[in-house]
Amino acid sequence: MILQRLCVAGAALCFAAALAGCGGNTAETGNTTPSTNEAAPSTSSDSAPSTEGATSLAGAGATFPAPLYTKWFDTYNKAKNVKIDYQSVGSGAGIKQLTAQTVDFGASDAPLNDKEKGALPAPAVTLPTVAGAVVLAYNVPGAPKNLKMTGDAIAKIYLGTVKTWNDPAIAASNPGVTLPATKINVAHRSDGSGTSYIFTNFLASASNDWKTKVGAGKSVDWPTGIGGKGNDGVASAVKSAPGGIGYVELAYAKQNGLPYASVQNKDGQFVEPTVDATTATAEGALADVQKDVTAPIANAAGAKAYPIAGFTYLMVYQTPKNAAKGAALKEFLKWAMTDGQKDAAALDYAPLPKSVADLNLKTIDGLK
Amino acid sequence: MIASQPEKPSLFKRNSKLDARTTDGIFYWSTFAFAALILILVAWLGVQLYAAASPSVKQFGLGFLTSSVWKTSDDPISPDTYGAWPYIYGTLVSSFLALLLAVPIGLGTAIYLAELAPKWLRTPMSFMVELLAAVPSVVYGLWGRLVLIPAIMPLQTWLSEHASSIPVVGRLFSGSATGQSMMAAGLVLAIMVLPFISAVSREVIKAVPPTQREAAFGLGATHWEAIKGPILRSSRSGIIGAIILGLARALGETMAITMVIGNAPSADFSLLSPAATLSSKLAVEFAEASGGQQSALMYLALVLFGITIVVNAFARLLIWNMSRQVKGAVRL
Repeated sequence: MILQRLCVAGAALCFAAALAGCGGNTAETGNTTPSTNEAAPSTSSDSAPSTEGATSLAGAGATFPAPLYTKWFDTYNKAKNVKIDYQSVGSGAGIKQLTAQTVDFGASDAPLNDKEKGALPAPAVTLPTVAGAVVLAYNVPGAPKNLKMTGDAIAKIYLGTVKTWNDPAIAASNPGVTLPATKINVAHRSDGSGTSYIFTNFLASASNDWKTKVGAGKSVDWPTGIGGKGNDGVASAVKSAPGGIGYVELAYAKQNGLPYASVQNKDGQFVEPTVDATTATAEGALADVQKDVTAPIANAAGAKAYPIAGFTYLMVYQTPKNAAKGAALKEFLKWAMTDGQKDAAALDYAPLPKSVADLNLKTIDGLK
Repeated sequence: MIASQPEKPSLFKRNSKLDARTTDGIFYWSTFAFAALILILVAWLGVQLYAAASPSVKQFGLGFLTSSVWKTSDDPISPDTYGAWPYIYGTLVSSFLALLLAVPIGLGTAIYLAELAPKWLRTPMSFMVELLAAVPSVVYGLWGRLVLIPAIMPLQTWLSEHASSIPVVGRLFSGSATGQSMMAAGLVLAIMVLPFISAVSREVIKAVPPTQREAAFGLGATHWEAIKGPILRSSRSGIIGAIILGLARALGETMAITMVIGNAPSADFSLLSPAATLSSKLAVEFAEASGGQQSALMYLALVLFGITIVVNAFARLLIWNMSRQVKGAVRL
């Protein structure tokens, strides 16, 4: 579904570009294919200021927010005539391209770690754009929708210590539900992924055992289970084996009709993953986020907060190489933090809490 | 070789402007250049791979081959550790499983099609077998995921419940049935290498001189005796060549394997557990890798490169050895 949507959006972008080409500003619209764009942004900078209203920007990175970003760039291009090309190549690859300065901005589901920060040629700022939820999809014959699960039980399942569905750790939070003795088949992402980053941050926050034995990150040393490539790989591993459990993005689970669990939050409530519950998580973590925008928000306080959630980020250099492009990027970022936020919920992303958006706007004002 | 010919009168029509010597020279050197190009390409590939892998090679040495920890740390202080053993194990075992299944079936098909099948059946059946080779590997992967795995789930569940208690053999079926597993990978690979083994073997068997066949029948041999004796013996080296061709494909197969093997680095003996191969690890991680991890992945690629070279060299030796023993054998 995501793919399909991407294709449609991509086709729309191409079509829009073709139309713009007919309009006459041929200087920039020649560069519509991704292959030429990879090299273009950093080198063809000198001519940009003189061509009227035909600024083009390039970015690369996370696949998770790609459907939203594609919509943003399309809308923004129509409104402001600024063309933004986005390659959804994965968070790690996006950071790589940002480091190599082949793009104007990078996108990642996990903030830069110290190693990645050290590799950057110049200081960069990180801006959360929207929040997303990660859900636990399962395939248990005879089990109801929205099984209730505690963070501790999920950690034990992923550590391999809870092995069957009728284990007391799961049964205790589901009174009145009889679960079968089916073995649990754990599935996780095998590729480095922001989804894993959000999920493992939640586990590390909910379980000390997990924190000390495995830890949190884009890719960790999984103690058990099948590795799937992408959301689709995890989902198919869950579907093909009875007793399967795996984590995928909320939008993906919704579009594919997978049953997913309600998870117990810090306040002890079992919350079903929704866009509102995700925003509630972001609000619950405000104190941390105001100190450091890259702080993980998983397992934040709040009765209505769904605990397995995280921000996705854009990274831009403090001082852009090209002033005209920098100014255009600044304008776009401001738009994304204000008008752009309205597009989020329809695509199953949670808009930023107002105060985080304001924090971002302050950071954006500080860009050169 | 060039100089020995030009004085002879020739019946061929020639462009008079170029004498025979020149055209032959051009021909010789251009074909030589093409052949040399391949050598250079392989050497260049090896050198480039080594260069990209060298930070890892220096850091881990040969211990990389036996270590099974694969851990990238997020902070700059604690070092990354990488080891290739589970992936080497996965590559070798999945390929071995594939051959175990594909060799008897492929060889049986080849013998039937070359020797026993009625004429009207030979062409359509050979065509069907060769068609299997034309199916893209991603299609095999999808088929494995959507059709094969659900189909073998009951078998896997049964094996994990009943066969795991048998001593020794039971270790092959320990653990729970997970669907995506070494078993699924072996099965998909077997189907993928089958057409190579069967099509090449069939050609080799067909190429056995009819006199050998007739001689065997003349001495009163039955069909079975003729095939078992002279026919298989003189095509033996060719058949081994066919098997090696299949093995080479199995070792390097990436997409289909990634989709059905479960991508978990375990080197236990269970066929029901998920596993990972060198190529599936590369496919899954390379796009997101950088720095030390990228270099470790290049080291994996170098190991795979090495394994294929060793396997091919071994096969050459085997074939060379056999064709010396058997006169009139078909050489590959």
